[in-house]
Amino acid sequence: MNLSTAPVRLSLKGISKDYAVRVLDGIDLDLRAGEIHALLGANGAGKSTLCKIIAGLTSATTGEMYFNQTLYSPDGKQQAEKLGIQIVQQELNLIPTLSVAENLFLTQLPRRWGIINRRKLRHLAEKVLLRFRLDELNIDQEAGSLGVGQQQMIEIAASLNRQCQVLILDEPTAALSGTETEQLFSWLEELRGQGAGIIYVSHRLDEIKRLADRATVLRDGRKVGTYDLGELTTENMVCLMTGEERSSLAESRDHSQKSKEQQTREQTVLRVDSLCCGSLVRKVSFSVRAGECFGIAGLIGSGRTELLRAIFGADRAHAGSISLKNSERRFRFKSPSEAVRHGLAMVTEDRKKSGLLLPQSIRVNSSLCSLDKFTRFPGLIDRKQEKAETQRMRQELDLRCHDIEQPVETLSGGNQQKVVVAKWLLHGADVFLFDEPTRGIDVAAREKIHRLFKSLTDQKKGIVIVSSDLDELFETCDRIAVMSAGKLVATFSKEEWSTDLIMQAAFSGYMEPQNRQQARQETARRN
Amino acid sequence: MERRDSKITTHLQEPSRGAHMLRSLLQYAAMVGVLLGLVLIFSLMSNNFLSMTTLTSIANSIPDLTVIAVGMTFILIIGGIDLSVGSMLAVSSALLGVLMADHGWSLSAAVPCCLLATAFCGLFNGLISVKAGIPSFIVTLGMLEIARGVAYLMTDSQTKYIGSSVEWIGTPIQGMFLSPSFIVAIVVVIAGQFVLSRTLFGRYCMAIGTNAEAVRMSGIRSAPYSIAVFVISGVMCGLAGIMQTSRLSTADPNAAVGLELAAIAACVIGGTSLMGGRGSVINTFFGVLIIAVLQSGLAQIGASDPTKRVITGSVIIIAVLLDAVRQRWGRNR
Repeated sequence: MNLSTAPVRLSLKGISKDYAVRVLDGIDLDLRAGEIHALLGANGAGKSTLCKIIAGLTSATTGEMYFNQTLYSPDGKQQAEKLGIQIVQQELNLIPTLSVAENLFLTQLPRRWGIINRRKLRHLAEKVLLRFRLDELNIDQEAGSLGVGQQQMIEIAASLNRQCQVLILDEPTAALSGTETEQLFSWLEELRGQGAGIIYVSHRLDEIKRLADRATVLRDGRKVGTYDLGELTTENMVCLMTGEERSSLAESRDHSQKSKEQQTREQTVLRVDSLCCGSLVRKVSFSVRAGECFGIAGLIGSGRTELLRAIFGADRAHAGSISLKNSERRFRFKSPSEAVRHGLAMVTEDRKKSGLLLPQSIRVNSSLCSLDKFTRFPGLIDRKQEKAETQRMRQELDLRCHDIEQPVETLSGGNQQKVVVAKWLLHGADVFLFDEPTRGIDVAAREKIHRLFKSLTDQKKGIVIVSSDLDELFETCDRIAVMSAGKLVATFSKEEWSTDLIMQAAFSGYMEPQNRQQARQETARRN
Repeated sequence: MERRDSKITTHLQEPSRGAHMLRSLLQYAAMVGVLLGLVLIFSLMSNNFLSMTTLTSIANSIPDLTVIAVGMTFILIIGGIDLSVGSMLAVSSALLGVLMADHGWSLSAAVPCCLLATAFCGLFNGLISVKAGIPSFIVTLGMLEIARGVAYLMTDSQTKYIGSSVEWIGTPIQGMFLSPSFIVAIVVVIAGQFVLSRTLFGRYCMAIGTNAEAVRMSGIRSAPYSIAVFVISGVMCGLAGIMQTSRLSTADPNAAVGLELAAIAACVIGGTSLMGGRGSVINTFFGVLIIAVLQSGLAQIGASDPTKRVITGSVIIIAVLLDAVRQRWGRNR
């Protein structure tokens, strides 16, 4: 079918979305019948939000959508599904305790007077599995007992089985094995032949090159443009996403060699040696000097958080080792308490879930790690000292509150983050691990935390920062390493880094087919 | 929220010491108010209620529930529950009876054995639920059956009369109107509140109940503390067993069936959260007093047993409702 003459299935006109800030700004997009349309962009570019708007999961602040030339403004996922717009989201949405058959027909279980017609359900489910060549699966098995890849395939099959004129896939192959991916692609070809439009979101540029007809690139919530895949190379896709001039990745690898020599001269405070943990941390090695701020960049899901957790003992690493302060002793921490005893501290990504005791006071939260320092025999807390130290932290970090007895849940995000930081500063450590230290906090607090990095490095502490905010890494770090598909693929020093190089490196792990195959097999084995 | 913070930022002075004192007293004011209200109602309804006899009889009937409720408060604060307290009390009572009545042990030799036995039950509860990650509801439900069975086995399902060698513990001291049991219970309450609010142990218990994952990621090993809390609950049950036995002069393997519910009710009336992370031993004690005053007051005005149950149940629900309202009010202030 000639695409330029094909009817337009879905058309977006000036779609904008505001949360606290504007995340999508005036997006126009045409999806034609029989087209696979890729949506490209770095972390936080607005891809997932746009998908959710189309699927009726959230509504746009301004702008209009037209589905088959009629105005379309869904008030929920159900309505979109009824019209024939299906979405398969990044995270799995199967109900793990229900059977495969029940999950396939969850929204339209065959029933009479509210009683599920089991025989009909089995019959229908068998037909679906046969149609999608998934018949090796048992329809009575609990969905939760299947591998992640198989669950994803069932979810996709369920949406394909409904009437499907527009299909949105958000990172569908992240959990799939090689053969499952091939199978998925053959379904998509089939669907394309039936005249459906497909929106395809993926970090994997090779898949996009192979599948897609056109690609729309988003950057910081704005549309950069829509391109025919014929006119795009992998390099200029990355350039369009990051908005910087291209330069060669190979060159940068030479540079990283050079900086390695430099770093050995000064004292090393943390050395990580081929650390492996789960399928997302694969043989990672790096070292951090005293007084150095070491950044880790990468796409979401590239294993950055998992790496920090493995170092800190929050997850058990299964191979590799960690050594501290130039000592020859090698560790693989079994628990955070062990890591803390050896001089590590970690500010986690999700401060509400794993950083703070929300209903407790600022004082209780700040002193949590270092309580033993304030404790006199026999287990009595010296409240005066505890208060004094908390006050000192409050001054030092410019913590905005009216009283240190205030529950931390009443503070703003930035001040909450300062409390988490205060907790570790009071305890003290040789190496601080920060996971997304300034996510979701205001500019002033961010500034304060960046200044704190500076004062920590002045005290010859080592800092490791994981951040999706490249500007933050540029501002604060001495070196930036890039993780991609679980591996540390490149390290840049101050003179050699650029957004472009880092983004290229971030995508690189997903472009080597051999590499990817291996990752998938590992995922499949683990599941 | 941003805006609210920035408004307050500029001045750093603390509220005065007096304000702090007032706030901590206010914490208890609600409980004291309810308690006084109940006493007032019953003294209006019955002429005999507000008398020394009634008050001493209430005071001397609550020590066992009080100490158990103190242990339960700690359990609830770490986010657990202990359903086996009644049965553990029975084990302690039964063991005391067997050792003293059948084997002729002295009180001072038998008491440590009783405490040790229930401490062991608590240790079992704690180890299994913390180390194997099984909800304490399930483990202690099992222990509820096991310990009760053990109590029956030890005594051949018979009550054992011990007599005057234990009686003195539960009888008022001459001229003081209060029994040694009651004094011990008060000491336990004060010690419990002190441990909870002033020590590392108490602080960690609060922290574990509030957010166990955050505690773990702060590099604190929570397992020893959680297990210790279950052991403490066990020891409290042992103590309560001795108190109850002394009050009746008799060891009874049938004792304290359903006591776990009264203990949980006392904690909840006192504002302890079943979700963990919030609670106060002093308020639990007020909870115990409220239940005791209700029981004895209703009995004095001649309420039938079914009526007593309906009213007690209603008071529990009203207390929790009031607490929920107070919490919400406190948050929106």
